[in-house]
Amino acid sequence: MHDNRAWFGVLPVLLIVSFSAVIPLITVVNYSVQDIFDVDTRLFVGLDWYRETLRDPRFLDALLRQAGFSILILGIEIPLGILVARALPTEGRRVGLILVLMAIPLLIPWNVVGTIWQLFARPDIGLLGSFVNGLGVEFNFTANRLDAWITLLMMDVWHWTSLVALLTFSGLSSIPSAYYQAATMDGASRWQVFRHVELPRLKSVLMIAVLLRLMDSFMIYTEPFVLTGGGPGNSTTFLSQYLTTMAVGQFDLGPAAAFSVLYFLVVLLLCWLFYTSMTTNAEEQ
Amino acid sequence: MNWMAWTLPTALFFVAVASALLVMIVWELRSPTLTRRGFLPMATTRGDRFFIALLASAFAHIAWLAVSDGPVLIASGLSLMGGFVLMRWG
Repeated sequence: MHDNRAWFGVLPVLLIVSFSAVIPLITVVNYSVQDIFDVDTRLFVGLDWYRETLRDPRFLDALLRQAGFSILILGIEIPLGILVARALPTEGRRVGLILVLMAIPLLIPWNVVGTIWQLFARPDIGLLGSFVNGLGVEFNFTANRLDAWITLLMMDVWHWTSLVALLTFSGLSSIPSAYYQAATMDGASRWQVFRHVELPRLKSVLMIAVLLRLMDSFMIYTEPFVLTGGGPGNSTTFLSQYLTTMAVGQFDLGPAAAFSVLYFLVVLLLCWLFYTSMTTNAEEQ
Repeated sequence: MNWMAWTLPTALFFVAVASALLVMIVWELRSPTLTRRGFLPMATTRGDRFFIALLASAFAHIAWLAVSDGPVLIASGLSLMGGFVLMRWG
């Protein structure tokens, strides 16, 4: 017979989650089916806002941009993080210092990261912007879409590659040296060691890195908002920024609520995939 | 509760979800679930399959709203059938 008394121990957490997440979420769902200005001025519209949002080209563009951003980020940060982790020394006094230095970008608040890169990339006084312009290559992230994307990607890579590298480094550190000795005796090349010894044992940790970066990049708001403000045009306007404009800027509470529910469902799906792949992976091992 | 801007349809929706959760709890207490493998690519419990069914229903409705102007009850019917299949053979 199961002893279910332990469930009483999680009651406080359930209460906190109810008030901080469930009740607000229910309220957003309630808002999403109404044309609402305030609680006394509202009209039931059914699922119209969902239909409108799902067919809104700006929403679809922002979704595509968001997906493109996440794919690019993963395509750059994961291989780069692995390369950096493999290049790190594994023993000696330098290891601790290097790990601390690598963790610094992760500790900087997101709006500060945006500000740093906004100054760094400015075409007139920024170190990067003026240097690139000095080389004769026209660079202006405030006016050119491609430059804005390149700056945004560089900023995110600078901010988050260390996370992938640190996770990969921890995975590499846990591989017993006997595996490397066996590979050396078999005359394996560096690539073969990576492919057949390291990569299979990094599977779990890389899965964590991929899914953390995927979820986080899918919800990115602060850095692009500070760096480009979503521009030039809408070229760097991602889902969260479009949502904020709709809810706070235009005060379209009904459509913004429907947008929020759709956004929430996408993030929930990603979280579920994250959780399922993690637990399935652990069970298989 | 006025600040939550309740409407009858959303109230019914959340009552249905809460009732389903209550039924799942009672079902679990009376007959604890066993992890099993069906057509889904991983072993699942009854609760897992219920959650997957709910999430799949949500996305089925989203897909329906995105491409069709027809009555959303068709999507709901398809979701119910899909949910049954998931719970039974998933």
